[in-house]
Amino acid sequence: MEIKLEAEDLCYSYHTLEGETKALSHISFDVRDGEFFAVVGPSGCGKSTLLSLLCGLIEPEEGRIFIDGKARQDSGAVIGYMLQRDHLFEWRSILSNVSLGLEIQNRLDHKAREELGKMLDTYGLSQFQDAKPGQLSGGMRQRAALIRTLALKPDILLLDEPFSALDYQTRLEVCDDISTIIRTQKKTAILITHDLSEAISVADRVLVLSSRPAKVRHVMEISFAPEFDRPLARRNAPEFSAYFNELWKTLKTEG
Amino acid sequence: MSDLSMSQQEFLAKEKLHKRQVRICRAMLLVLLLALWELCTRLRMIDSFIFSSPTRIWDCFLNMAGDGSIFRHIGVTLCETLVSFGIVVAVGVAAAVALWGSRSLSEILEPYLVMLNSLPKSALAPLLIVWMGNRMQTIIVAAVSVAVFGSILTLHTGFTQTDPDKIRLIKSLGGTKKDVLMKVLIPSSVPLIISNMKVNVGLCLVGVIIGEFLSAKAGLGYLIIYASQVFKMDMLVMSIALLCILSTALYQAIAVLEKRFLRN
Repeated sequence: MEIKLEAEDLCYSYHTLEGETKALSHISFDVRDGEFFAVVGPSGCGKSTLLSLLCGLIEPEEGRIFIDGKARQDSGAVIGYMLQRDHLFEWRSILSNVSLGLEIQNRLDHKAREELGKMLDTYGLSQFQDAKPGQLSGGMRQRAALIRTLALKPDILLLDEPFSALDYQTRLEVCDDISTIIRTQKKTAILITHDLSEAISVADRVLVLSSRPAKVRHVMEISFAPEFDRPLARRNAPEFSAYFNELWKTLKTEG
Repeated sequence: MSDLSMSQQEFLAKEKLHKRQVRICRAMLLVLLLALWELCTRLRMIDSFIFSSPTRIWDCFLNMAGDGSIFRHIGVTLCETLVSFGIVVAVGVAAAVALWGSRSLSEILEPYLVMLNSLPKSALAPLLIVWMGNRMQTIIVAAVSVAVFGSILTLHTGFTQTDPDKIRLIKSLGGTKKDVLMKVLIPSSVPLIISNMKVNVGLCLVGVIIGEFLSAKAGLGYLIIYASQVFKMDMLVMSIALLCILSTALYQAIAVLEKRFLRN
């Protein structure tokens, strides 16, 4: 399979007057086209910093990022970023929330509106398009946030613990829902999470980071029999606990 | 109504009774105080020449309403307050946005703003009269100076507390600082701006009265000073009563605006 994204020797530190905090240290990995790639690691290890680098919100101090074989800035690739909370704006309707990205990039023409309408329809939000975010359930809000991201037709999706703000039951459902949508769209996705079972239930491969400064500890291939294709089904698969134990051990054995 | 349970109906009835009691007590308090005041002056327990009385105030109002002069004074004060209020809101929002836009600018100007904010602005009024003369513009500048610095500081503090993740969201969607301003900062600050307006309208009125005390040919502040100098206590107390009504009306006007804006 083709390599979609390649991170080479990434380093990043935060600077304050009190001193320097090393967040990432010589991180290298690659993500294949159409792959669902998960990154796990202890909390505060610099996972979100990694996504900010991939997204271009900050520049690496060392190392380079390639997308489709070209440097990130020159690749022209569109990168969609889903944050921890949905951040739907309370003063905008759902329709105007999901069109925010297109509006900012001045791409909100007639055709784009039509496509947005279709997406809202597909994901069961069309009757809520004039509603305010406060009237929607947590799961529907997360779907709206996903549509907002997908509307820009991203080549790569970055998911920064997008389900962590939800309660457990909603979380399982929304995770199932969102990752199935991403899979059917055949998007390349990078999910950051501290929840090992979440990573195993959605990903094709899982990257394990050490605690700060984060280094790559391990990359684990995950494959399930075809009948366990959805995240909720995977959790019932016999291999699930084996994968979980292996990941758990990798995280624990670090010094 | 019939589908409400007994206990819910009881609760609603109780709430309604409570609200009515509050309303009645409020009105009674005013009536009682006015009646007591009137009675004391009628019984000559206090001197109505010094303390005035409700009926004398009412007569004074009718008198001045007859030749229309009181409406001119109210109009002048109201006009000065509204103009200075408009300037304070516009300058306050614009300056706070500028400070938010430039970290260096806000750090350079911060001590000056803090100093100007805590300076008693009544000290400036005599200076302004010498500089600008005995004009309506002087009063407006005095009123603006009372409210504008606090307004800039409050709005700037509010602006800097915008959720950093919302700013990240705009940036990740390819937005610039201008998009952050237009799509997040201004819309999310509407409640702050309106609550700041509530404070400002009162402060502007204070500033206008200070200005009118020192330099004016008309207005309620002028009327208060004039009445105290010629010892027309009825006129003085009436002006204060009118100020009470005016300031409440201005505050309520913004409360109505707030309700309309924040509902949708």
